[in-house]
Amino acid sequence: MSMVVTDPPLVRFGRFLRDNPVIPLVVFLFVLVAVLEIMRPGIVTPFRAGRDGVISTFWLGNLIKFAIPLAMLAACQVLTMLTAGIDLSAGIVATVAAFVCATLSSIWGVGPAVATALLAGLVVGVVNGIGVGLVRVHPLIMTLGTGLIATGVLQVYQRLVINAGSEIPGFLTWLGTGRTLAMPNGLFLFVPFALFIFWLMRFTGFGRLLFALGSNENAAKLSGVRAWQVYVALYALSGVIAALAGLLYLGIIRQTSLSLANPLMLPSVAAAVIGGTSIFGGRGSYAGAIVGALIIRVLDTMLTLMQMPEGARTVLFGLIILAVTAIYVRITGSR
Amino acid sequence: MSGIIRKNAWVAGLLALLVVLLVATRMIQPGFGVSGLESIARAALPFVFATTGMAVVVIVGGIDLSVASMMAVCAVTAAVLMERMAGVPAILIVLALGLAMGVINGGLIVATRVPDIVVTLAMLFVWEGVALLILESPGGSTADWLQKSIRGSFLIPGLPNALVIATVCIAVVWLPIRRARLGIAIYATGSDERAAFRSGVAVGRTRIAAYGICGLFSAFGGLSLAALTGIGEPVPGPYLLASVAAVVLGGVVLGGGRGGLLGPIIAVFILRIVRTILTLLAVDPNVTTIIEGTIMVGVVMLGTAATMRGART
Repeated sequence: MSMVVTDPPLVRFGRFLRDNPVIPLVVFLFVLVAVLEIMRPGIVTPFRAGRDGVISTFWLGNLIKFAIPLAMLAACQVLTMLTAGIDLSAGIVATVAAFVCATLSSIWGVGPAVATALLAGLVVGVVNGIGVGLVRVHPLIMTLGTGLIATGVLQVYQRLVINAGSEIPGFLTWLGTGRTLAMPNGLFLFVPFALFIFWLMRFTGFGRLLFALGSNENAAKLSGVRAWQVYVALYALSGVIAALAGLLYLGIIRQTSLSLANPLMLPSVAAAVIGGTSIFGGRGSYAGAIVGALIIRVLDTMLTLMQMPEGARTVLFGLIILAVTAIYVRITGSR
Repeated sequence: MSGIIRKNAWVAGLLALLVVLLVATRMIQPGFGVSGLESIARAALPFVFATTGMAVVVIVGGIDLSVASMMAVCAVTAAVLMERMAGVPAILIVLALGLAMGVINGGLIVATRVPDIVVTLAMLFVWEGVALLILESPGGSTADWLQKSIRGSFLIPGLPNALVIATVCIAVVWLPIRRARLGIAIYATGSDERAAFRSGVAVGRTRIAAYGICGLFSAFGGLSLAALTGIGEPVPGPYLLASVAAVVLGGVVLGGGRGGLLGPIIAVFILRIVRTILTLLAVDPNVTTIIEGTIMVGVVMLGTAATMRGART
C-alpha cells in the first residue's frame, strides 16, 4: 500500500473501464451465460441434460449467427458515435437493401441486384452525410428523416415490383444459414469485415479524424480537418455497412418484408453503447460493440425463456441505453 | 425591439403563406369549403398537440424525441380505460399520465445530466415498449361523445370543432403559464441556462416543468388520436419528425429561448395543407409521404442553416 493514490477509487475504476471496456464486458457476458444455464439447464452444456458434448455447438453457432448482423449494424453506430453522431436510418437502410436485392435478383440477376442494394445504402448515407456535414443538422434528426423518406420510397418501390416475385440469392442463403465446422458461414463475411473496421479505426488517418472530430470538433477543424468531407465519407460508409448487414440478414431470415431489419435498430444502438462507445463522441471500440451484440443476444434468449412480451424487451433496451450512458457520465464526469 | 418585429413578421408571413395555400387548394378543387377545412383541422389535431409540446421543450433549450411514443401510450391507455369506465375520469387519468411521463423525462435529464436528446431517445423506446405492454395490438374503444366532439362544426358555424378544441386546450394550459413566473423562467433557461441560474431561476425545476407540459400536450395528442381512430394504436405515428419540422418552420429556434406557440401551430396547418393539395392533385399517397418527408427534412435543414448564420453574425 505504498502506492500514492490521488484519485478516488470510483474515478480510477472508471478510467480502467474506459480504457479496457472489453474486459468487464466479457466477464459480464459469461455471467449472463451462466445465468442462462441456470435458468434452463442443458441449453449451453448438453452433458448436464444427458447429451454429448461439453458446450453446445448448436447453441453457440446460433448465438453467433444472430449476433453477426447486429454487430454489423452496431459498426454503423460505433463509427458515427465516434463523431458524436448516430445513424438511426441504419435499420431501414438494411431493410431496403434486403428488399431491393430479393426483388431484383429475379429480374436482373444476382450481381446487379446486390450492387443496386449496396448503392441504395450509399445514396442514403451520402444524403445523411450532406445533411450532417454541410448543413449541420443534428445527426439524430437527419437520419430519422432520411429513414422516413426511405420507408416511403420502399413502399412506392414495392408497388412497382409487386408482380416480380422475390428470390433470395443462393450465396446469401449459404452465408446466412450454412455452417462450416458447426460455426455459421456468416463468419466468412464478418471476420474480414471486423478486421477492416479495426484497421479503419486504429491504423488509418480516417479513423484518427473520426476520433479527433468527436473529441473536439473545433480543435480538429482549426488543425485543418475538412470536417464535411469526413462526415460525408463516414455516413456513406455507414450506409453501405447497413446495406451489407441487411443482405446478410436476408440470407438468415430468407424472407422479405417491408420491416425486415427494423427491429435490429434499437439493439444495435444498445450494443454500441454497452460496448463502451460514448454517444458523445471521441471514445469507442468495435471489439466492445461485438461483445455488446453477443450480450444483447444472450439477454434476448433469456427474455424469450421468461416469456417476456415484445414491449418489455423494448423497455429494457431503452433503459439499458439510458442507464449505461448515465453511468458513463457519472463515472467519467464528462459529457 | 427589432427582434419582436421580426418574430411577428415571421408569424404574419406564415399566416400569409397559409392563406395562399388555402386559396390554391380552392383553385385546384372548387368544391373545397367548410367541410374540407373541417377534415384538415381534424386530421391536424394530433400534429397540433405534438408540435405544441415539442415547441415548449425546444423553447426551454431541449428537445423531446419521445413525443410520438408518449402519445401512443396515452392513446392506448385512453382506449383501454374507456372500455371500463366513464369518459371524463378516463380523460383525467390519461392527462395525469401524460404529465407524469413528461416529468419523468425531465427528471431523468436533470438527475442524470445526460443531454436531452440522448435521454429522450432512450425514453422513446421505453414509452414505445410501455404502449405495447398496455395493448399488444390495436384495440380498445373510445367514448362516442369523444369521437363526435372533434367532428363537425356545430359549436360555431364555419369554425371546425377540432380547431376550437385545440385552441381552448392550448390556451388553458399555456397562457397562464406564459404570463406567470414559470413562463419567463422557461424562456430565460432556454436563452442562457447559466445566466438564468445566476439570476435565481431554479433551472432544473423549470426544465422538468417544461417537459411536464410537453407530456401533458402529448396526452392531449394521444386523446385526439384515440378520438380520431376510435381505437388505441400502440405503434407511434410519424409525429416526431413532423413536430420538429413544424417547430422549426414556426420560428422557434432549435437551441431555445426564442419563438412562441402560434407560429408552430400555423406551421402544422401549412404542412397539412400541402398534404391535402398533393392528395387533391391525385398524387399516390406513398409518394405524398416521400414528398412530405423531404419537405420536413428540408425545413429542418434550412432552419439549422439559418440558425448557424444568425449565430455567426
